[in-house]
Amino acid sequence: MKNLTMFSRRGFVAAAAAIAVSAAAFGPVKSHAADMDSIHFIIPGGAGGGWDGTARGTGEALTKSGMVGSASYENMSGGGGGQAIAYMIEASDRLDTTLMVNSTPIIVRSLTGVFPQSFRDLTPIAGVVAEYAAFGVPADSPYQSFTDVVDAMKADSNAVKVGGGSVRGGMDHIVAAFAFQKAGGDAKQLKYVPYDAGGKAIAGLLSGEIDMLSTGLGELLELHKAGQVRILAVTSKERVEAASDVPSLGELGIDAEFINWRGYFGGPSLSAEKADAYAEMLKKLQETEEWEVVRKRNGWEKLYVPRAEFTAFMEEQETMVGGLMRELGFLK
Amino acid sequence: MLDGILSGLTTAIMPINLLMVMVGCFVGTFIGMLPGLGPITAIALMIPLTYGFDPSTGMILMAGVYYGAIFGGSTSSILINAPGVAGTVATAFDGYPMAQRGEAGKALAIAAYSSFSGGTIAAIFLLVAAPALASVSLSFQSADYFALMVLGLTAVAAFAGKGQFLKAVMMTLFGIMLATIGTDPAAGVARFTFGSMDLIDGISFLLLAMATFALSEALMSILRPPKNTTAAEQAALKKLGSMKLSREEIKTMIPVIGRSSVLGFFTGVLPGAGATIASFLAYGMERNIASAKEKLKFGKGSIRGLAAPETANNAACSGSFVPLLTLGIPGSGTTAIMLGALISYGVQPGPRLFVEQPEVFWSVIISMYIGNIVLLILNLPLIPYISKLLALPQQVLVPFILFFSLIGVYLVTFNTMDIHMMVFAAAIAIGLRLLNFPMAPMLLGFILGSMMEENLRRALIISDGSISFLWERPITLVILIISVAFLMAPLLGVVRERLRNRRELPNDGEM
Repeated sequence: MKNLTMFSRRGFVAAAAAIAVSAAAFGPVKSHAADMDSIHFIIPGGAGGGWDGTARGTGEALTKSGMVGSASYENMSGGGGGQAIAYMIEASDRLDTTLMVNSTPIIVRSLTGVFPQSFRDLTPIAGVVAEYAAFGVPADSPYQSFTDVVDAMKADSNAVKVGGGSVRGGMDHIVAAFAFQKAGGDAKQLKYVPYDAGGKAIAGLLSGEIDMLSTGLGELLELHKAGQVRILAVTSKERVEAASDVPSLGELGIDAEFINWRGYFGGPSLSAEKADAYAEMLKKLQETEEWEVVRKRNGWEKLYVPRAEFTAFMEEQETMVGGLMRELGFLK
Repeated sequence: MLDGILSGLTTAIMPINLLMVMVGCFVGTFIGMLPGLGPITAIALMIPLTYGFDPSTGMILMAGVYYGAIFGGSTSSILINAPGVAGTVATAFDGYPMAQRGEAGKALAIAAYSSFSGGTIAAIFLLVAAPALASVSLSFQSADYFALMVLGLTAVAAFAGKGQFLKAVMMTLFGIMLATIGTDPAAGVARFTFGSMDLIDGISFLLLAMATFALSEALMSILRPPKNTTAAEQAALKKLGSMKLSREEIKTMIPVIGRSSVLGFFTGVLPGAGATIASFLAYGMERNIASAKEKLKFGKGSIRGLAAPETANNAACSGSFVPLLTLGIPGSGTTAIMLGALISYGVQPGPRLFVEQPEVFWSVIISMYIGNIVLLILNLPLIPYISKLLALPQQVLVPFILFFSLIGVYLVTFNTMDIHMMVFAAAIAIGLRLLNFPMAPMLLGFILGSMMEENLRRALIISDGSISFLWERPITLVILIISVAFLMAPLLGVVRERLRNRRELPNDGEM
């Protein structure tokens, strides 16, 4: 199986749950009137990816809590998500009840030119969940804290090989470079080793060919609990609930918060009223028990970015990622 | 550990779990037989049903679907040259010629016995050594994977008939070139996509295999003159269903199965390889160690060439449960989906699984024995009937193959561009086949080429651009030396023959 999309593996964790949900989603609907009759989700990747998990999880919670009568899903892979974006724009007139799921890669990939469009060509609705990144070392590594690693890198940039589950200039690389830069290092000096999937990157870390791994927190957590990997830091401001024994970058005095968000988008011609109604519905969803079940099962962190702030939120991330990519020489 | 095995046994033989093994094997075999639809699709379909099951039960069902699909995939590879799943592409190399010769029943029986043996032997390895193997699977670094892919490529000689070596090498290179289409594995830049979004993710292996094998074969049969049913052919049609193996043939198979199970299992254990790579490696190894006379039979319906990949892919399939269950690392797309399912049951695979939920771990392994027996019982009686498929008249069989291959590939991505690409690839394949270019080396180059490039680039980054990684690690060095030995062996044979001829005919040089 060729899986070259930059971030898709993260969602494999969510995958199964998500597919499971597709059956449940058509289950009995609570008797009280739903806010909306039906909703259709466009998923820019194949079954089993992170986007797939998010859309199907959202659909499950929406239908089970009775907010929406029925949810349907359409996988539209191709072009690293570009195919689905092009469809949302072309067929916008007919897509009043359709939302597309997306996440941080929409920013990274429109910067690198994987597809010509950006989030500005769509109607952003809201951000709904977050995942933090984390840095891990093997249990027998000499590095005890993230600052040890930073010191070693500053002393000799070739001494520490940092791996990740994305290509050079992809998210895992950017996250590591960002943290290193904010800790006072030179982002360009970071020696990054790319893997095509998180699982292979973990195998690489445990085989000893790389010294530190930059990837999603969820992927490292279980190995950390089992004592095979030591997570040195999470890319959050405060400690996160899921890994309360791991320091956050904020705690270490490194201001390099990085959130991998997931959110929803409508076609460009979606009316403001409709967009607000969707955003309101997703906000209400956050309070439901059904959503809590889905969120906990997938290990997602709580996040809600309202429609009014969503564009500014993405622009901020775009500025950060774009600036770093320019510095690293991936953009001119 | 014994306690664990016992509790696993009691779990595995619970009626619900026995039922699930059977359901899994049946569904897996069926979906595997349909060209294009593989274990990923099959498991994705099963997951909604397993929701709310006991973790062991759900896992037993999914494991059954997985090895059932690999088992069933060989049927369409052998009968209509349309690989059911990627892991059975190599099965078509010798299985299909055998079926063409009128020995479809025999070929299917060999595939069934080999799959059964591969699966069972691998399950024994799992039972005995799974925890210890976890560390082996982690001793492989990128440089070693690169060496392993080079070793795999030496199998190119396996596909070369008389005077075909150059063509085989050209096709291998063509395959490696095709593998570079898409996103660059290290830098993330689009290569050779002509600005098309559909090519950014590269060409899918299954698409290429279906286009060059099933589709081009079906279309080629139209070009060939219509068959006149002679008496000999009618006899062959009657023989189709016969699955009798002579004692001689069984004797040939046994050592092949032994070697290929070990090779397949260890390839499966490595998180970066899998059933497809395992089947190609086993096919290549078998050809490399065969005698000169045996070598000529490969690609023309050799029993060894059929048994090797069929054993290896099932063994690899069991082997891939080692990193999944003991480390929580998915080595392939299929095991990644299973990891997701396990997590949704509330089971976190990893080093703690043994301690916390031993019954999940052991019951899955024990269910594999049961599953392999179920598969054999399920498949053997079907062979006489299913092989009669070939007795269908051409005008029925050809549209049937066209329909299933196109639909199969489309259902994986739901992208119509894939259908266009497939027809285009099939047209090129027909041209190349008319010029006597072999297709198998291209698939070999394609599947190994992308992994070879990825690991080479990574090894180079790790060693700061120096090629010293080639000899710095013992594993890498040993694998590379074996590869060179395989390449040199035929040359040595030629030299030795020349020397002997010279001695016998001293005047040869003057003539």
